[in-house]
This record gives sequence, structure tokens and C-alpha cells, in this order.
Amino acid sequence: MVNTSTPLKAEAKNLNFYYSNGHLALKSVSMPIYENKITALIGPSGCGKSTFLRCFNRMHDLYPGNKYDGQIVMHPDNTNILADGVDPIEVRMRISMVFQKPNPFPKTIFENVAYGLRVRDEKNNRVVADKVEEALKGASLWNEVKDRLNDLAFNLSGGQQQRLCIARALATDPEIMLFDEPTSALDPIATANIEELMNELRGKLTILVVTHNMQQAARISDYTAYMYLGEMMEYGDTDTIFTRPVRKETEDYITGKFG
Amino acid sequence: MLNNITELAISPRLAKNIRRNVKERVIELILMLAALSAVFTTFAIVAILLYESFGFFETVSLIDFFTDTQWTPLFEDAHYGIMPLIAGTLTTSLVALAVAMPVGTIAAIYLSEFASHKTREITKPILELLVGVPTIAFGYFALLFVTPLLQIIYPDLPGFNMLSAGLVMGVMIVPYIASVAEDAMRAVPMSMREGSYAMGATRFQTALRVVTPAATSGIVAAYILAISRAVGETMVVAVAAGQQPNLTFDPTEGAATITAYIVQVAMGDLPHASIGYQSIFAAGLVLFVMTLAFNIIGYVVRKKFREQY
Amino acid sequence: MQAQDTQSNKKASVLADLEAVRSMIRRHKFNDLVFASIGLVALMIGLLTLLTLFIDLVMDGYPRFNMQFFSDFPSRRAGSAGLLSAWVGSVLVMAVTFLAAVPVGVAAGLYLEEYAPKNWFSDLIEINVSNLAGVPSIIYGLLALGLFVYGLDLGQSILTAGLTLGLLILPTVIVSTREAIRGIPVAIREAAYAVGATKWQVVSDHVVKYSQGGILTGVIIGMSRAIGETAPIITIGALTFIAFLPPSPVTDVAPYLNFEWLSSGFTVLPIQMFNWLSRPDHAFHINAAATGAIIILVTLLMNGTAIYLRYKIRKNIKW
Repeated sequence: MVNTSTPLKAEAKNLNFYYSNGHLALKSVSMPIYENKITALIGPSGCGKSTFLRCFNRMHDLYPGNKYDGQIVMHPDNTNILADGVDPIEVRMRISMVFQKPNPFPKTIFENVAYGLRVRDEKNNRVVADKVEEALKGASLWNEVKDRLNDLAFNLSGGQQQRLCIARALATDPEIMLFDEPTSALDPIATANIEELMNELRGKLTILVVTHNMQQAARISDYTAYMYLGEMMEYGDTDTIFTRPVRKETEDYITGKFG
Repeated sequence: MLNNITELAISPRLAKNIRRNVKERVIELILMLAALSAVFTTFAIVAILLYESFGFFETVSLIDFFTDTQWTPLFEDAHYGIMPLIAGTLTTSLVALAVAMPVGTIAAIYLSEFASHKTREITKPILELLVGVPTIAFGYFALLFVTPLLQIIYPDLPGFNMLSAGLVMGVMIVPYIASVAEDAMRAVPMSMREGSYAMGATRFQTALRVVTPAATSGIVAAYILAISRAVGETMVVAVAAGQQPNLTFDPTEGAATITAYIVQVAMGDLPHASIGYQSIFAAGLVLFVMTLAFNIIGYVVRKKFREQY
Repeated sequence: MQAQDTQSNKKASVLADLEAVRSMIRRHKFNDLVFASIGLVALMIGLLTLLTLFIDLVMDGYPRFNMQFFSDFPSRRAGSAGLLSAWVGSVLVMAVTFLAAVPVGVAAGLYLEEYAPKNWFSDLIEINVSNLAGVPSIIYGLLALGLFVYGLDLGQSILTAGLTLGLLILPTVIVSTREAIRGIPVAIREAAYAVGATKWQVVSDHVVKYSQGGILTGVIIGMSRAIGETAPIITIGALTFIAFLPPSPVTDVAPYLNFEWLSSGFTVLPIQMFNWLSRPDHAFHINAAATGAIIILVTLLMNGTAIYLRYKIRKNIKW
């Protein structure tokens, strides 16, 4: 069922996650992430899909009291990025993230995209400029902003801001990119643009995307995982999940009987 | 009128309603008058300052007031140049800000971005306590603790000097800047910080490159409000900076500020409506205009950052 | 075989990259640590100054901490000069301040939160309140000198001083009243209206009652500020050498109250301290230090109470 010739990029193994209030938000979740493929996480709100996604770059470490139990192993180096000895900053340098709402910084368009490079102490302006251009092109934003790179990012439209955030995440050549409902705050046209962009990134980048929109998952992803109440209900080829789901719950959710 | 209505013998219930409504109206009116006391106070301040200054400017020309380099209203050979007092006010304020701006900003960044919830819970009330310490006590500290301390390093420093007054005033203003600037930083949405952390930034990088720029207008507002506070501060400078008008920007000298001059004159026994009496209102008017200007700018800048998110 | 080779090459390069990243992170984290230390010092500067200041005052003023210091009038000889007229003056002035500022401030706060329509008129009041909070205290002194002392001919009296400080703390009382009221949910008001209460009944029976704690906090903070205020009291011309007490507010004949004290001359603690501090004779500085320690102690206690009270209220909020 699952394509075994594609190399693994990462793997979640028996991952439990507790919020600081003691709530168990993920229950023994296991799942592979294949290299240069798009994996979609679907499920009703509150099912833990965003919680799961945010484990991958240790976002939960920003808030005291949250606890991981289990592993997320990166390949090919076999590092368990949830291990105590692994610095969350190191994980975030390898795995970047695009958020639900566009969150540009109060800086120019150029400096927003250059942010990751600045954080990595990149001093060579030539290198920075090249990377920024490449990232903006990769995010299909270059043509719209090339003449006003020194404008404030806040002056862009919502859809452009989100593509700017994608460029920001692309600029540092991440090993995995996380998308947390990247289109939920956007209008349909901007949404279509982002989906098109993700389709272009397909095959070049390992992507994990959370979406509340099943059609979107069907359109853009190679693999799909259905989560419910913190558990991984079903994982497989997107085509298989949407046409011949194994479990009744998955079918109910996909056909809209529930959720 | 109320009696008339009841005598008209409309239903007693209606009469009761009317009485009730009248009572409600009267209460509202009283409360409104109380609220208007704020407006009244502002107008009274402006009116009194203008009225008494008007008498002053009948004797002294505005040109002399702003160009004469001496301020000696109580001397035989009277001069009425406000510049020495403004110089003293600005010098002490600048020394204070040189201390308070960096220390206050760093403290704010620490509180907002580094301190644990618990540290913040403990520190914020302490900062508040500090704001509540009477300034006369800081005056004592400047004159009899800080100045002797500075004289060890710098033996030529006079007993009254603007340096020590300014330094102490600076420490006094730190909590003020820290708390307004911290409010501004905490108003920066968490999503922006998450964006930065997600790129692998450390706390310091996030604080410096994202949070501080995002909170700029709030931090600037804190500075401006601090300037206004420094300019209007009285007891520290009256006690420790000396009461001799002195046109200088050298903090190691003693000089009177506008506020110190008012204190000095008020301590004496000046006849009402004399030129000396009027001169403190003219000086007060200058002070009021300065602080008002800073307060308004600060208010506008602060409002701007509140609307940003 | 080939595939395995590229795979292990890739692994080696990832690990090499990771090593570089890790050493960079170590460097960055060191910067974090350096800044955090500086930040902690910046935060402590104020506290350390306060501690030094207080210890300095207590040590300097130590010889005067005895009952006599409180029961003696000021004197030409530093050793036998005391605070009696000053602390009595402070108590009486504070009484006037309290009676002037609290009713007006609370009423103004109620009006702004519960009654005022949202238009230019309430904006005007609001701008004035926030502006007044930023006016230097010495300007209030000038206002009082022109208005109370000469305009209304109240003289350099306890009444004048109390009213002046009352005006000074009015913004504090108004703002804290408003904040306390804002914490009360609409549902409580609606519940009262629903049983037929008039607006004033809702306000007096419910709004004022539930916001009492918050208002009290603001009042204490305002009063503690008033106790330490020196500049406006000097400006209205408080006397510094007072060897008498104002007439007692309570008498032993009916009606048991008299109001002559209101128009009496007076001095207060911070003025007495300033007076002693401005003398060249060091013996008087000891008196100033002792007075300063007492004033700080009183204001710290009051502010501490207010902060604790607010903390309790926040913890006990049930809605």
C-alpha cells in the first residue's frame, strides 16, 4: 500500500503529548514522513493535528509545562528530535513552519525573508540577496514584490503575506516544512494561489500540512493521515484514503457524515 | 412641581415613576459634575497660569524672557531670562534619561521576554513600590549619599550638582519606563514571536530583532512620558542640584531648574502680586507647556501602538 | 550499492552541518545568558537603590528613633527638635484630602463608566483625566496658590493643602474606580435590571459594592502619594517652623466638633524633612533622615497593602 522505494525523512514513534494542564492531547501516534512528499493531516477540530504538527519543531517548548513522551526520529541521521539533549533551536533550524495566520515581522519584505539567514549569522550580503530572491521566486512572490523589497511587509495583502511567510521558511533550505492550516485565514483566490504553490513544491521538499479542508488535502497531498481525539485513526496514500478508507470513522468524516 | 403632579391625582403609581425619574436625573447630574471636575481643574490650571503670567509679561518683554541669559528676579538688578532655568531643567533631565532609557528598556525586555511568570509576578509589584517612594527621600539620597560618593571619584564636584540629582532622578524613572515599555512589548502578538522562534531564533534574537521593533512606538511613548516626568520633577533637584540659576549644560556644576526656582521663591515670603510672585507663574507656565507637549506626543504615540494590533 | 553510498554520504554531510549548527547555537545561547544577566542587573538597580536609600536613612536617623521625636515640637536645637506638629499636620491634611478626593473621584469614575455617552463630551473628560495624571505636582501647587490661597482666600491652611492634594490624586482615584467597575460583567447588571431596578439602584447596590476593593486599592495608592508630596505644599506656602498644634477637631462640649483647624497654619512630614535637609548644620540632617525613614516606611506599607489587596481581589474573582 505505502510506497517503500521512497526514503523516509522522519518518523513519529508512539508519540504522547501532554499539555501543561495535564491534558493528554496525543495518544501514541506513529506515522512516517516521506522525503519530498506532501503529507496531509486531517480531522475534526480538537483532534490533535495541530498539536502533532507543532511537535515537529518543538513549538510546545515555548510554553512551560508541556511534555513529550515518545520519539520523532529524523533521517538519515537518526536523531530523535524530542530527546532531552536536543536543543529545540537546532530542531527549528532544520524544520521550518508556516502558520495559520500570516505573521510577518514589522520589517521590510526583504528583511522578512532574510530573517532566518540573519538569525544564522549570515554576513555576506550577496549570499543573502541571492537566497532572498530564490526564496521569493520559490514562493511565487518575486514578480509581485521585486520592485518594492524595501516596503514594509504589513503593506502586502493577506495572501501575499502568507506567501512571504512561506518564502521566509524556504530561504533557509529546511529539511521539512510544516504548514499549519495555511489557507484558513485567506480568501478563495489567495487560497488557490497557495495551493498552486504547494503543488509546485511537491517533489522538491518534504512537507507536512494540517488542513481542515478535505478537498484541499485530496488536491495537494501524496499521503493523508486522519486523526481523531488525539489518535491516529488511519494513514495511507491520499488516493486510497479518499476512495477506499479502511475504517468506518474515516469514511464518515470524509463523506461529511461527521465532523 | 412634584407636588402639583401628585395633586393632579393621576395614578399614584405614575407619580412615583416621575419622582423616581427626577431622582435618577439629579443623581446623573451630580455624577456628571464630579466628572467635569477634571475638565475644570485643567481649565483652572491654564487660567491661573495665564492670568498671573500676564501680569508678569506686562513688566517683562517676551524677548527679554527668552533671550536674556540671567534670571535674577529677586535681585536689585533684576534680569528675567528663563534660559538658565531651562538649561538646568534640560541638563538634569538629560542625565536622568541617559540612565533611565537604557536601564529601563533592558529591564523591560528582560521582564517581557526572559523572566519567568513567577519572576514577573514578584518584580512588578516591587517596581510599583519604587514608584511610590516620596521624591524628597530621593533628594536626601542624592545630596547626602550619591554626591559624597561621586566626590570620591571626582573630588572637584561641588556639593550641589546636577549630575547626582540627574542620576538619582534617572533611577527613579526606571520603573516608569520599564513598566510602560513592558506593556508595549507584551502587546506584541505571540504569533509574531512564534514566527521568529520557528526560524531557530533565540530569546535574545527574538527580543532584539522582532519584539523590540514591533513595540517601538510604545517604547518611544515610554521615553517621552519619562522626559515629561523628569522635566517636572521637583524635590530631587531642589535639594541636590542647587538653587542658583546658572546657564550651563555641564552636569558637574550646580544649577537651578524651573521647579527648583518655584520652590525657592515659595519658601520665602513674597508679597502677593509682586513681580517675584508673578515670576513663579511665568516659570510654571513654561514648565506646563513643556510637559503638556511631551504628554500629548506620548499619548498620541501610545495610542498609535495600541491600534496597531 | 550505489544508492547506499549516496545515502551514507548524505548522512555524513547532514551530521557535519549539524555540528556547525550546534556550535552556532552554543554561541547564540551564550549571548542569551549575557543579556539575561544584564537584564537582571537592570531590573535590580531600582530595588538596590531603594534598599540602600532606606538603610542609609535608617542608619543616619537612628539616634532620633524614640518617642520624644514624635512628641516634640520643632526647635532651634536639632537634638530636641521633633515631629509633633508635622505628623499631626499630615494626619489632618490627609483627612481633608480623603474627604475631597474619594467622593468626587468615585462619582466621576461611575459617571464615565456607567453614564457617559460615548461622544466628544466623554472624550473631553477622558483626555483631561489622563492629561492631569501627567501634570507635574508643582503645577498643582501653583494652581492652589492662585486659586485657593488668594482667589478663594482660604489662606495657607490645612483646608488649602488638603484640597490641593485632593486634586492631585483625583486622576488616580478616577482611573482605579473605572478599572474596578470595568471588571464587573454585564450579566450582573442585567440581572439587576431584570428585576426592575433603576440605573442608580443598579449602580449603588451592585456596581459600587462589587468594585469596592478595587476602588480602595486606588484610594490607598493615591493617599500614599499624597503623604509624600512635598512640592505643591511648599508652593502654597506651608510654614516650616510650627511650634503649635491646630485646634482639636473634637471638643468636649456640644456639638463636639469644630472646624477651626481647617483654617489653621500647619506643616507636614515631608516639608519638615525638607526644612531640616536644607539646613547647613549636619545635626539637622539626622532629623531629616529619621523623618525620611518614617515617610518611606508609611508609604511602603500603604502601597504594599494596596498591591496585596489587588492581588487578593484578582485571586478571588469568581466570574
